[in-house]
Amino acid sequence: MSKPKVATVWLEACAGCHMSFLDIDERIVDLLDKVELTSCPITDIKEIPKVTVGVISGALGNDEEVHIARDIREKCDILIAWGDCAVMGGINAMRNFMKPEEALEVGYKDTLSTVNPDGVIPGEDLPKLLPMAIPIDDEVKVDVYIPGCPPDADTILYVFQEILEGRIPTVPVDMMRYD
Amino acid sequence: MPKERKTIVVNPITRIEGHGKITVYLDESGNVDETRFHVTQFRGFEAFCKGRDFREMPVITPRICGICPVSHHLASAKACDAILGVTITPTAHKLRELMHMGQIVQSHALSFFHLSSPDLLFGFDADPAVRHVGGVARDFPELAKRGIFMRKFGQELIKTLGGKKVHPWHSIPGGVNRSIKVEERDLFLKGLPEQKEAIKATIELIRKYLEDNGEEAKKFASFESSYLGLVKGGKLELFDGDIRLRGPRGRITDEFPDVDYLDHIGEHVEPWSYLKFPFYRSLGFPQGSYRVGPLGRVNACDDFATPEASKELKRFRELGEDGIVHYTMYTHYARLMETLYALERMEELLLDEDITGSDLRVSSKGLQPEGIGVIEAPRGTLIHHYQVDEVGSVKAVNLIVATGHNNYAMNKGVEMVAKEFIHGADVKEGALNRMEHVIRCYDPCLSCSTHAVGKMPLKVSIVDVEGREIREILKG
Repeated sequence: MSKPKVATVWLEACAGCHMSFLDIDERIVDLLDKVELTSCPITDIKEIPKVTVGVISGALGNDEEVHIARDIREKCDILIAWGDCAVMGGINAMRNFMKPEEALEVGYKDTLSTVNPDGVIPGEDLPKLLPMAIPIDDEVKVDVYIPGCPPDADTILYVFQEILEGRIPTVPVDMMRYD
Repeated sequence: MPKERKTIVVNPITRIEGHGKITVYLDESGNVDETRFHVTQFRGFEAFCKGRDFREMPVITPRICGICPVSHHLASAKACDAILGVTITPTAHKLRELMHMGQIVQSHALSFFHLSSPDLLFGFDADPAVRHVGGVARDFPELAKRGIFMRKFGQELIKTLGGKKVHPWHSIPGGVNRSIKVEERDLFLKGLPEQKEAIKATIELIRKYLEDNGEEAKKFASFESSYLGLVKGGKLELFDGDIRLRGPRGRITDEFPDVDYLDHIGEHVEPWSYLKFPFYRSLGFPQGSYRVGPLGRVNACDDFATPEASKELKRFRELGEDGIVHYTMYTHYARLMETLYALERMEELLLDEDITGSDLRVSSKGLQPEGIGVIEAPRGTLIHHYQVDEVGSVKAVNLIVATGHNNYAMNKGVEMVAKEFIHGADVKEGALNRMEHVIRCYDPCLSCSTHAVGKMPLKVSIVDVEGREIREILKG
């Protein structure tokens, strides 16, 4: 039997979920023996191939991220929303109380050290912000939810082990965390 | 964007922390005209933190970055101490610095072993299917394990103090919320010698690599620049010091207290990147650009404060001119030296009798209208600046993140490599990877830089003189 393929992406996120994945430490060697890691922030494979497991960390905050979420959904059998941002929007949702334009104004015009006499707001050749930062399942169907900011390394490992055993994982209550 | 040029886009850039892409503009004869390294995300921390209670900031701001959350946690706590108008206890100060050393070790280990070593071990032109940490684990298992355990050592220390490896909660305005137990201290002291040996062996490895790749390694995206970093009494400082700017020929341009940053540092905005470009105000942009991070710090300082790192720095300086090393690839070497320093400093702190003290927190008599906290994050100088109203509700936030300072340098480095390796529509995969490696040298934390935003894919699209895409290359 060939190894199940895994692809992971990180969208509107801080990378903490991927760091937590690396926090499985030496056990990663064994895991990488059992699964084939394809497109992922720590490999140079840019295009998402057909995979068994797709993992999204991060919320959806701009049009490019929506495109990537749809792409990975199409190419995977099981889609995991990994971490608070993917599950609920997370910290990014704090900007939902204002319009994206207002947030950009603050970032590029009002901030104390910004020197911007022409009032330039970035946007050229850049993804466009969505009106709100939203969870993944606002746009695509999610099969497994793993909350946590970030989820524990042990939880991440547990989920992969369940999938390797051919089960769709449900995270046990004692592994659930929301911080 | 002028219409008279072809374009190559590298998107996403992988094995760096965050989100970005590279565009290469060709002129009519097919030579590289200009490159742009775009940071493609914006999250808006400076905007959405307005109205929050300042005491929440040390918990909110680490979510800017999961790779160096401790830097934000500590810079934020320092800004909050200033708002409280207090000086924290020696025990709290040392525990914070201890956690910071744990983070320098874990983050530098990640950067070198997990993200950069695949290029060094397999070569820039190797197959992407093996050129990653999994390939390292398979072909260089000892080295991979060394990296994994070094990172784990730093992460375990962070977890001991802050309850979690990523987004720990230990510092609070006015101090810390937990002491270190004697048996915990002893456990880390016991593990230190092995880590020190591991880093020394890795330093020899990078020295050999740089020697074997002599001219290519020296030439790679190198240019003369100014350097900026924190110093204390002239010695390299990661936790709490003055900001020093040293010019390209080794003369100290300026040195000022961190709380005066606003008088000296401004940020320029370009329409094609969500990442701003910090510069030294007196010289303006782009002349006032400088580099930060491991290379910036070792060039800015006079010496390391710990014996073994100090000895190593002398060997390092022999490789440059006027004692300044401008070679971008040597950033890896500087990063490993700093890891040695962080381990030595960790040992000093663990042996300090204050470290197991129980006096953790001071209370305040009233609020100041603003607070500034500056720290050396693994990737460079990080500045948190908050203004609050009379009840402590945040009115304004200004963040200058480590990677931001290197924005100009990353752009310049990518352009240098592109001009050398790209001619017309003929682009080799290795050329693209070299462009990415420039960026990896700076180890940018794009999640940070975009407190604002985050991501790095690599797609190259080549656009003709009419602005039409005539070819697209996906890397990998």
